[in-house]
Amino acid sequence: MKDAFGTPQSLLVLGGTSEIALATARRLIARRTRTVWLAGRPSPALDGAAERLRGLGAEVHTVDFDALDPDSHESALGKVFAEGDVDMVLLAFGILGDQAHDERDPAGAVRVAQTNYTGAVSAGLITARSLQAQGHGSLVVLSSVAGERARRANFIYGSSKAGLDAFAQGLGDALHGTGVHVMVVRPGFVRSRMTADLEEAPFATTPEAVASAIELGLRRRSETVWVPGALRVVMSALRHLPRAVFRRLPV
Amino acid sequence: MSADTVPVTGWGRTAPTTARLIRPRTYEEAVAAVRDCGARGGIPRGLGRAYGDAAQNAGGAVLDMTGLDRIHAIDADGGTVRCDAGVSLHRLMEVLLPLGWFVPVTPGTRYVTVGGAIGADIHGKNHHVSGSFARHVLSLELLTADGGIRTVAHGTPLFDATAGGMGLTGVILTATVRLQPVETSLMTVDTERAGDLDDLMARLTAGDHRYRYSVAWIDLLARGAATGRAVVTRGDHAPLDALPAGTRARREPLAFRTSRLPPAPSFVPGGLLNRTTVGIFNELWYRKAPRARTGQLQRISTFFHPLDGVPHWNRVYGRGGFVQYQFVVGHGQEDALRRIVRRISARRCPSFLAVLKRFGDADAGWLSFPAPGWTLALDIPADLPGLGTFLDELDEEVASAGGRVYLAKDSRLRPELLAAMYPRLADFRALRAELDPRGVFVSDLARRLHL
Repeated sequence: MKDAFGTPQSLLVLGGTSEIALATARRLIARRTRTVWLAGRPSPALDGAAERLRGLGAEVHTVDFDALDPDSHESALGKVFAEGDVDMVLLAFGILGDQAHDERDPAGAVRVAQTNYTGAVSAGLITARSLQAQGHGSLVVLSSVAGERARRANFIYGSSKAGLDAFAQGLGDALHGTGVHVMVVRPGFVRSRMTADLEEAPFATTPEAVASAIELGLRRRSETVWVPGALRVVMSALRHLPRAVFRRLPV
Repeated sequence: MSADTVPVTGWGRTAPTTARLIRPRTYEEAVAAVRDCGARGGIPRGLGRAYGDAAQNAGGAVLDMTGLDRIHAIDADGGTVRCDAGVSLHRLMEVLLPLGWFVPVTPGTRYVTVGGAIGADIHGKNHHVSGSFARHVLSLELLTADGGIRTVAHGTPLFDATAGGMGLTGVILTATVRLQPVETSLMTVDTERAGDLDDLMARLTAGDHRYRYSVAWIDLLARGAATGRAVVTRGDHAPLDALPAGTRARREPLAFRTSRLPPAPSFVPGGLLNRTTVGIFNELWYRKAPRARTGQLQRISTFFHPLDGVPHWNRVYGRGGFVQYQFVVGHGQEDALRRIVRRISARRCPSFLAVLKRFGDADAGWLSFPAPGWTLALDIPADLPGLGTFLDELDEEVASAGGRVYLAKDSRLRPELLAAMYPRLADFRALRAELDPRGVFVSDLARRLHL
């Protein structure tokens, strides 16, 4: 069960090698989290992540989970919920793709869309149903500012996050009053492996800062969290720029 | 019997979860509700005054017992009452005071049910004389997980598990309670100020035995030499000859009078209670109190239940809700108490409802909270940054001093500390495993703390 400050005792991470998710797990383990499920494709990285979290004192399990294989989601995630209540689900999987390459290779673009959007729709609906049955829990969805308005430079990724973001908002409204809390997290540019090859954007942040914002959002039962918070204003302004101007922006 | 799926919280309005709220109107309906409560079990609920998640059950059933509220029998000569568990202490006072009887123990609110009073084994300002509520319960009828109804006599293991058992042994249906005789419905109250914590402890130690009721409001925002300054109010039921002749009070000495203000609005912005506003309140409250005054006549509601005058006062903390923290440390652990008070004061927790009391002997309930020593209770807005970690540190102090925190108020304790705080926890778990092998009775509190 979550405590009065929204801190979960059990956590299911979808995308168990995500740096943001692991930073969040570390933060929550330092508080109340004792059971962690890391769901992802089996890999040394996933096992290593689990081992490091065990070192912090949590009981950590790994679960085979592939976002691109929605047919397997039901059984993979069902197993986790069968073991006991999950207080928080962190939907953290996602890929950036390579915009230039994917524009030439639509199959690559589809893979981005299927991972970030279709896979999340499947996993989101399945976990939401289980949370609803237990009458409590938070579903935290890692969206992105890139979904707020698609940019020339990464509209394939951006559009997948836009779809995910809209889905998560709608899901949150659908679950309002059921005891399940859905929180959409929109980080800006996060310095991580995923973005190591990219040029840093303004308002860049870190996985630790996102984790801290998630913990605060849980306490406040927020529905939307921007990281850093200033991006809410910045993106609101950018969203209202005329297309002709937005297109020319060096972002 | 109505059933709605609704979000449920405790009085502190934190951590809402959804449950089927079932309101049985007869014992048969209560039995049916327990039999049909499903895989996620059920938990009885009274008037929802437990601050945390004791009467919540995510995804399962919550049995609202306030629909079972009959007073079955009053022995006006012997001073006992047999009533349904859903009867409130307010109702008991309305009925019993005109007959010259008072409830044996009342907490800071009279809007609690008899069932809740037993389940949390509540205490009041008279703990140093009268112990906790269950001491005065002669017997009770308990609806257990198998759907049977058992008569449970005072002093049996099942009674001691149920007293303070947070509803997890079963649903209390009725109870027989021994009452306190009174001549009037007024209190004679002595008030004095204490300049700091040591002064306060000295005054309570020296004088408590002279009063049936004693409590101190403590200003936890005061710092420096004034740390722990307090207003001590102590009193007794006023004898008839203490009421001035010719007054209405004298003509109707047993009339139960209360007054209520309009309820707090349903929406209050968060942050209203902060260091500045609470600091001003505390300063005024302390200054307003007489340095020393004796023999003041007060109504029962004024003396015991000032907050009941504002219905839904818990809303003033805003949407974020609040956390209540209450612990006890034994006699001889005064240094631990001093350290904790200094830490709270240094941290500037905006708490305006802090009280310190000296407990008397403990009762037999396995998870009963009171133990001989000092108990401090305070309210803190839940959105205070870093509060979770801070309270964890206080828990460590409390546990290492051999003390404990109060489950009826808890919403955030680290489960690992529970067994140290409640040495009979293993017995409690064993009894539950035998009595309720399928885990029919379960609450969010039980899930969170692995009761």
